[in-house]
Amino acid sequence: MTLAEVPPDRSAAAEATPEFERAAAKADSRRGFLLAGPAYLYLLIFFAIPLGIVFAYSFASRNRFGEAVFTETGLDAYRRLAAPIVRDILFRSLWLALLTTVICLVVGYPFSYYLTTRSSKVRNILLVFVMIPFWSNFLVRNYAWRVILGKDGVISRITDFLGFGELEILFTPSAVVLGLVYGFLPFMILPLYASIERIEMSLLEAGRDLYASGWQNFRRILFPLSKPGVIAGSILVFVPSLGAYVTPEILGGAKTTLLGSYIVTQFLTARNWPVGASLSFVLMAVMLVATIVYFRSGGRNL
Amino acid sequence: MSATARRVLTSEGAQRVRRFSRGWSPTRAALGANAWLVYAFFYAPIALLVVFSFSADRNVGRWGGFTLGWYDDFIANTSIQNAIWVSVRVALLSTVISVVLGTLAALAIERFRFRGRQTFDALLYLPIIIPDVTMAVMMLLFFSEFFDLLNMLFGTDLRKGFASITVSHIAFNISFVSVVVRARLAGMDRRLEEAALDLYASRWKAFRYVTLPQIAPGVAGGALLALTLSLDDVVVTQFAAGPGATTLPVYVFGLIRRGVTPLINSVSVVMLIASIGLVILSLLVQRSRGGAAAGPQGAVAGGRGRRSS
Repeated sequence: MTLAEVPPDRSAAAEATPEFERAAAKADSRRGFLLAGPAYLYLLIFFAIPLGIVFAYSFASRNRFGEAVFTETGLDAYRRLAAPIVRDILFRSLWLALLTTVICLVVGYPFSYYLTTRSSKVRNILLVFVMIPFWSNFLVRNYAWRVILGKDGVISRITDFLGFGELEILFTPSAVVLGLVYGFLPFMILPLYASIERIEMSLLEAGRDLYASGWQNFRRILFPLSKPGVIAGSILVFVPSLGAYVTPEILGGAKTTLLGSYIVTQFLTARNWPVGASLSFVLMAVMLVATIVYFRSGGRNL
Repeated sequence: MSATARRVLTSEGAQRVRRFSRGWSPTRAALGANAWLVYAFFYAPIALLVVFSFSADRNVGRWGGFTLGWYDDFIANTSIQNAIWVSVRVALLSTVISVVLGTLAALAIERFRFRGRQTFDALLYLPIIIPDVTMAVMMLLFFSEFFDLLNMLFGTDLRKGFASITVSHIAFNISFVSVVVRARLAGMDRRLEEAALDLYASRWKAFRYVTLPQIAPGVAGGALLALTLSLDDVVVTQFAAGPGATTLPVYVFGLIRRGVTPLINSVSVVMLIASIGLVILSLLVQRSRGGAAAGPQGAVAGGRGRRSS
């Protein structure tokens, strides 16, 4: 078909004059805006505004009935975060989240590597069995540990039988870490697997050619190349562990209050809304920083 | 490097790697053992929970003979039935709405340049990365302020309950649906749409007959994800729920905190079966139609699991 045969309205399109391009961009912009509109509006009203309200509350003060008021605003609630009790809780949460992350990494790394050494058929099946716990009900999975760890539970009877005496870790920090590892291990495995799987295995062969030991191969080749996965997995485990609420409530005791539970208490029982709001904001800030680190490290999916 | 040299070099290394990955070695044995221990760790607690849900002993972790009694209790319990009913309605309604809004949002972001696109993109990501507890607090404050305002202005008596739960679930589900659909759209050949438009299809027809059939697995995956997240959520729901209505996970969570009973075992097993059923369904959907969310990347994209901590 020669140019002369092109229908007139289409030839205008083919010419792409500046006016035409501008009009097209404008039409595009309008369509995009219309499509995004409903979700945009929804998130503005039911997400951005609530976020703003929490932010506002974090600067509020309390009247003598303990209600949050805006007559005097300031950084009081944030200053309270330095109080010994809050600081203890912050450090405990950080420590347990860190411990959870390290355990997940130590267990998850060899596991992910093992997956990549399987044939692709076996690998897919093995992956499905990682996905199932990943997706299934979190509350119930934590509850299962409550049943197992409880007094007269399976674990304590096994340790008793083996002669270690009845192991009682329910309602201790160990039980919380166990529950968190159980809940979040798949979050470590999946990104690790994805990044190890992409590594060219001939590099490991080359390392062997150059008489590297297995450990050197891991230390100098495998681990550095899988770093994006390590960072992604660590963030995906660390961040939710830090804000965990369900696990410490079910498996932890009164002495293992963590950040998440403390925030909830501020709203439901202590009724100190400004402190609760400021803590939730701090938690979100940690999350945002972690997310930026994640994207910088080359992660694209969340 | 010459081809021969290359062959010679890699063959020796390949042998060493292969020896490592095929034959027996302490490292390899340890790797395998670790893997099987991880699977045992994943599944043993679930299996034990199922076993003990049939135990007649009143102590949740002890075997006292086979019984279906706890399931009878579960079926006879009206508060649990009410909670299930609320859960199902919330999940279905929030899924339908968030699938529509989330798909539109995904189309807008992937296909168009418009003012405020970047802000919208960021806003769309926030509900995924925000900690559960923060989102829960947001919903609590928002609904108490919002309902107070409405009640004052119009003299109504609005309380937190079904509506506030649904609204908050939609607020996080839109983002998850749009992430899954966007992944699918990004992998789709744009020229097909353009070809349809060139052939004088209307925008709607091009969408209906070209784009939609292609992104359908993504939309279905997003819907199943939304359904799962809505059915599993505890923290946000607890704060958005009022005396009017509670969902099953929130009700069960309350029961657990008051003390464990064999009844919780049976309810948990039913919840677990429902959620594993949904997982398998979504894996099948993605597998059979090559959905975008297949593979670990997609799982992570959707999972993030923040609705669960």
